[in-house]
Amino acid sequence: MSLELRNVDWRVGFKKIISDVTIAVKPGEFLGLIGPNGSGKTSLMSVLSGIRPPSGGSALLDGQDVKRIGRRNLARRIGFVEQQADTIDRITVTEAVSLGRTPYLSLLTPWSQNDDAVVDDALDAVDMRSMKDRMWHTLSGGEKQRVHIARALAQEPEFLLLDEPTNHLDIRHQLGILELVRRLPVTVVAALHDLNHAAMFCDRIAMMDGGKLRAIGTPQDILIPENLRDVFGVSATVEPDNIHPGRCMIRYHAGGTNTDVVSDFAEMKADTKKDRIA
Amino acid sequence: MIGLLSLAFTNRISATLVALMLLCVTLAFAASVGETAIPMQTVINTIANHVWNAGHEVDVIDAGIVWNYRLSRAVVAASCGASLAVAGAVLQGLLRNALADPYLLGISAGASTGAVSVAILGLGAGVLGLSVGAFIGSLVAFAFVALLSLQAGRGTGAIILAGVAGSQLFNAMTSFIVTKSASAEEARGIMFWLLGNLSGVRWPDVWLALPVAIVGLVICFGYSRALDAFTFGRDSAASLGVPVRRAYVVLIGCAALMTAVMVSIVGSIGFVGLVIPHAARFFVGTRHSALLPVSALIGALFLVCADVFSRMIVPGQVLPIGVITALIGAPAFALILCHGRVLR
Repeated sequence: MSLELRNVDWRVGFKKIISDVTIAVKPGEFLGLIGPNGSGKTSLMSVLSGIRPPSGGSALLDGQDVKRIGRRNLARRIGFVEQQADTIDRITVTEAVSLGRTPYLSLLTPWSQNDDAVVDDALDAVDMRSMKDRMWHTLSGGEKQRVHIARALAQEPEFLLLDEPTNHLDIRHQLGILELVRRLPVTVVAALHDLNHAAMFCDRIAMMDGGKLRAIGTPQDILIPENLRDVFGVSATVEPDNIHPGRCMIRYHAGGTNTDVVSDFAEMKADTKKDRIA
Repeated sequence: MIGLLSLAFTNRISATLVALMLLCVTLAFAASVGETAIPMQTVINTIANHVWNAGHEVDVIDAGIVWNYRLSRAVVAASCGASLAVAGAVLQGLLRNALADPYLLGISAGASTGAVSVAILGLGAGVLGLSVGAFIGSLVAFAFVALLSLQAGRGTGAIILAGVAGSQLFNAMTSFIVTKSASAEEARGIMFWLLGNLSGVRWPDVWLALPVAIVGLVICFGYSRALDAFTFGRDSAASLGVPVRRAYVVLIGCAALMTAVMVSIVGSIGFVGLVIPHAARFFVGTRHSALLPVSALIGALFLVCADVFSRMIVPGQVLPIGVITALIGAPAFALILCHGRVLR
C-alpha cells in the first residue's frame, strides 16, 4: 500500500505548474501539503489522485503506474474531495454519498444491501446519519464538506485526498473536519492553508514553493521561521506546544516582514518597468 | 433481502408496463381523433388487422386514415418527443447546465441550412430529399461545433459557447440563402418546416425514427450511473472512476445523432428538449436511472398530444407543431414550476 510520485512534471500548455516533484505517502499517516497561493498544491493533488496524468515522471500506486491501473480500480483505492464542488441538482444527502459507490457498480452488479450498509457507515463516520434525508441545498458549508468526505469514504479508499477541506468554514468546523479526518482509519493527504492546522494535525508536512517540493518532514522540521520567511513571506516565531509535545505553534508578527514584502513588490515593479523599457 | 430486491424489480417492471400501456392508449387516441372522428373500436380493429391479421371488418377509408396517416404520424411524434427529451436530459446532466438543449449542438441550425440548400439552391441535383439534406447539414454543423469546442479547450463552457457560435453561423447562412434566393412561397414553406411539421410522415419514417429512439434511449440509460457521477462536476466524476472522455464522446454523439435524425424527419421542434427534462425532474428527481425513462415517456406523450392539437385547433388547417409545443408547453411548465416550489 503505497502512493508515490517520481520526478513528476505537470504542464498546462507550455507553462510548467509542477516540476520535478518526488514524494512518497507513508501508509497510515496524515500528510499535509502547504505552500503559498499558486505554488501548485491543487495541481499536485489532482496528479496524486490520478485525475490528471503527469506530463513527465510517473505516479505509482503500489509500484504500478497509475495510468495502467484504470479509472475504476483507482477510484476504489483513492477517494478525492475537491476544493469546491457544488451542484444545483436537488439531491438528498444519501444520494450524494451513494455516488461514492459508482466504481463498484455496473449493469451486471446493481445496487445491493451491502452498498446501503457502506453508505450508512460512511454517514456514521462523518456524523451525518441523522441528516441523511436532508436536501443538499439546505446544508451549511461544513455539512456539505462532511457529505463530500462521506462520499469519498463510501468508495472504501485506502487513500483519502483532500484539497483545502476547511475553506470557507468557521473555526469550529475547520477544527471539526480536521479532527474527524485524523480519526479515520485511512491514509490522508490534505492541502492546507492554515499553517497552525498543519502543525496541529499532520504527521508530516510537504512544503511546495513555485511548483517545486521545497521540503518534507515533521511539522517541527518544516515550520521554522526561515521557511516561513522565504516561502510564505511572513515573519513569525515558532513555539513548542506545551500541551501536545512534539507539535508546535506559530505566532505571526504584524508588520515585521511587511517591509520585505513591500520592498519585494517594489523591486518586482521596477523589474517589470525595466523589462518594458528594454 | 431477495424479497426486497425482487419487490424493487417488480416495481420497476410494473412501472414500465404502466408506461407502455399509457403510451399505447395515447397513440390509439391520437389515431381516433381528427377532422373525421373515428370510433376507438375501429382503431383497435384496424391495428389488430395489421399487426396479427385479425380479419375484422372495418371501413376501408377509415382504416386507411387510421393506419397510413394518423398512426404512423403518432408513432413518429412519440419517437421524436422521446428522443429530444432524452437528448436534452443527457446534455443538461453532462454539461451541468440547466439551459442546455439538443439544439445547443448546432443541429437544428445545421439542419435548416441543409434543408434550404437542397430546397432552394437545388444542391444534390434532385437526388437528395429535404430530409437527407437536413441530416447532412445537421452533421456538418455538429462536426463544426465539436471541432471548435475541442480547439477551445474541452471544458463544458467551451462546448456551450461553441454551440452558440455554430448555431448563429448556420442560422445566418440559412437566412442569407432564404432572403437572397427564395420566393415568398418557398420562404413560407421553409418557415413551416423549420417550426416542425409531421404532415408528410408515413411508415418508412417510422422504421427510421422508432429504432433510433429506442437504441438511443438504451445507450443513454446504460450511462445513467455515469451521468449521476457528474453531479459534482467533471473532476468529481473522474475521481469516482468514470471514464470521462469516453462518456462525453458516447453521450454527446448519441444525443447529436438522435436529434439529427428527428430534426431531418420532422423539422426542428423546439421546447421539448429543453423543458421536458425539467418537468420530469419535478416528478422523479435528478437521478438518471429514473429521469431518462420518465423524460422519454413525458416527451413522447407530450408530442403526440401536441400533434393532435396542431391538427384540431384551427379547423381545416394544420399548424406547425413547434408553435403548439410552446403555446401549450410554456403555461403547463409554468404551472409545474410554481406548484413545485410550493411543494418543496
